[in-house]
Amino acid sequence: MPSKVPTPSPAIQIQTRPTRTLWQDAWRRLVRDPLVIICLLYLLALLVIAFAPSLFAPLPYEQASFSDKLATPGTVAGAEKLGGHQYWLGADRLGRDILSRLLYGTRVSMAVALMGAGISFLIGIAYGLIAGFSSAKVDNVMMRFVDVVYAYPALILIILLQVFLTALGQQEITTAPPWQQAVITLDRSSGGLFFVFLAIGAVNWLNMARLTRGQVLHYRQQEFVQAARTVGATRWKIMWRHLLPNVIGPCIVAETLAIPSYIYTEAFLSFIGLGVQPPIPSWGSMISDGYGALRAAPHVIFFPALALSLTMLAFNFLGDALRDALDPNLRNR
Amino acid sequence: MLRVIIRRLFWFIPVFFLVTGITFLTMHALPGGPFDSDKTPPALVAQMEATFGLRQPVYRQYFTWLSNVVQLEFGPSLASRGKPVASFLLPGLAVSAQLGGMALLLALLIGLPAGVIAALMHGGWLDRVAMLVAILGVSVPSIVLGPVLYWFFGLYLGWLPVATWAGLSEGIGPYLSHAILPAITLGAGLSAIVARLTRASLLQVLHEDYVRTAHAKGLSARVVMVRHALRNSLIPVVTYLGPLAAAVLTGSLIVEQIFAIPGMGRYFVTSISNRDYPMVMAVVVIYAMIIVFFNLMVDILYVFLDPRIQDAQ
Repeated sequence: MPSKVPTPSPAIQIQTRPTRTLWQDAWRRLVRDPLVIICLLYLLALLVIAFAPSLFAPLPYEQASFSDKLATPGTVAGAEKLGGHQYWLGADRLGRDILSRLLYGTRVSMAVALMGAGISFLIGIAYGLIAGFSSAKVDNVMMRFVDVVYAYPALILIILLQVFLTALGQQEITTAPPWQQAVITLDRSSGGLFFVFLAIGAVNWLNMARLTRGQVLHYRQQEFVQAARTVGATRWKIMWRHLLPNVIGPCIVAETLAIPSYIYTEAFLSFIGLGVQPPIPSWGSMISDGYGALRAAPHVIFFPALALSLTMLAFNFLGDALRDALDPNLRNR
Repeated sequence: MLRVIIRRLFWFIPVFFLVTGITFLTMHALPGGPFDSDKTPPALVAQMEATFGLRQPVYRQYFTWLSNVVQLEFGPSLASRGKPVASFLLPGLAVSAQLGGMALLLALLIGLPAGVIAALMHGGWLDRVAMLVAILGVSVPSIVLGPVLYWFFGLYLGWLPVATWAGLSEGIGPYLSHAILPAITLGAGLSAIVARLTRASLLQVLHEDYVRTAHAKGLSARVVMVRHALRNSLIPVVTYLGPLAAAVLTGSLIVEQIFAIPGMGRYFVTSISNRDYPMVMAVVVIYAMIIVFFNLMVDILYVFLDPRIQDAQ
């Protein structure tokens, strides 16, 4: 059978542009927007501050000077021991430097953002992948479990967990059973944050599991999965190499857009007194303090409220931009 | 339609047992009891615990509680020496429901039209402004918006009363002037979410083949919009009603605290920290029922919006 296809002569060089992966392409479109760059830089700065707040904060966060309580921004400290320290953003009702507390507060918000996202991402994607790729029976059981937990009001679950875990943490460590001792040690070494992570992670992996499973159901019928199975790839290999890269894009977008709700949950818990234990500062507890001083000194609430809103805005904006950048319909544009 | 409702209601049974069971167990596993305080002598504590049946095994207490609840008897509040739980929760629930209703109304009245207009003006300046406002609305949480509104309109300008609440019996004017700031605080973020959802969904629907077909048939732009595009674009928005109700419940806890509103939210945290078991259980059951109710509404609206869903079942 004579072939009609002309063989290219070696003299002709086929001109192709270098191939770009989906991720390179998305990144290129992402950083084209100057607002995205600003958001990225802002979040990066918060991360740097969160890792070493003592380098940036002028005072320790628990340093109180009662003579300077509710000092307005720009006031020079009256107390001798502070040696003419200037309160750039003012002082709270115990005379603690708001700027320093704000900078230390990034630790909590960033930790919750990263850990909350990490926990719900890992559990949710693994659960969703397994459920979506298993037999219909296993899938059904796994997803009904998600449905039931989902029906449990998230707020009640978080508050109950938080009260329960905080009560555990206040016990004498030596008299507690071994598993409780382990939990308490973990909590103390994370500055009382461990329980907040746990509560947030326990509630938020459900969405990720649903999202992942829905996509796996869509992809598992497609030719590339059948092809992989034909050449003898194991189930784990199909899940890891073929399904995961396809489902992970929308999951990253959803997770980025969920981070503001993690940051807010921590602030919310701290606001009602169930979050980070004082005197450790978090933006939520600072807003709560500022709310108490609203009549006398409205500036106390202003800066933590601004920081919280700006950070949530940055993550929301980044999530929107990521979604647009990963949208396959817009590729190569 | 009836089958959908019945299926949903059956689904409530396992959810009910799980939610109440876990809460009951967790509450009783918490160290401390409702009558613990430094002043009360231990003998009296023991006597009171015996009176309220707290010395029985937890599973016995749970079954006692269950048999009371099916008779709609939620029991006495332990923190207030035996006054019925309902006498606290019902007035609170009434206030919270009014506040939540106003916030939901606000979310839909602002969010839906804003989303539709933004989608129709896609890429125009109105779209950009609307979406900028919406992303700000999503990013400014109620613990920030509440105090800001409280300070600006209540303290700085002094236009509106804050830290008090007026029922409808005090006249419509005072009622609204007390309710407007909390309702905005609760509804602003939700209307931003609704606007973003509506816009995204309508934009997607406008590119569907059946919309192009409807245009090609020569239908007027209005008919295509209302009957073909809008109706289908509402499905994702309706799906969000369930989480929306949950968000209103969460938000009302904060908003009621900020504006000192005598709603149900305050019993939430106090009852857990007081170890007031019957109160906690009643609050949990009420919350779960509200969420189940909204999910039921979602299912019913689905069938109404998309007849294919009923066929599939």
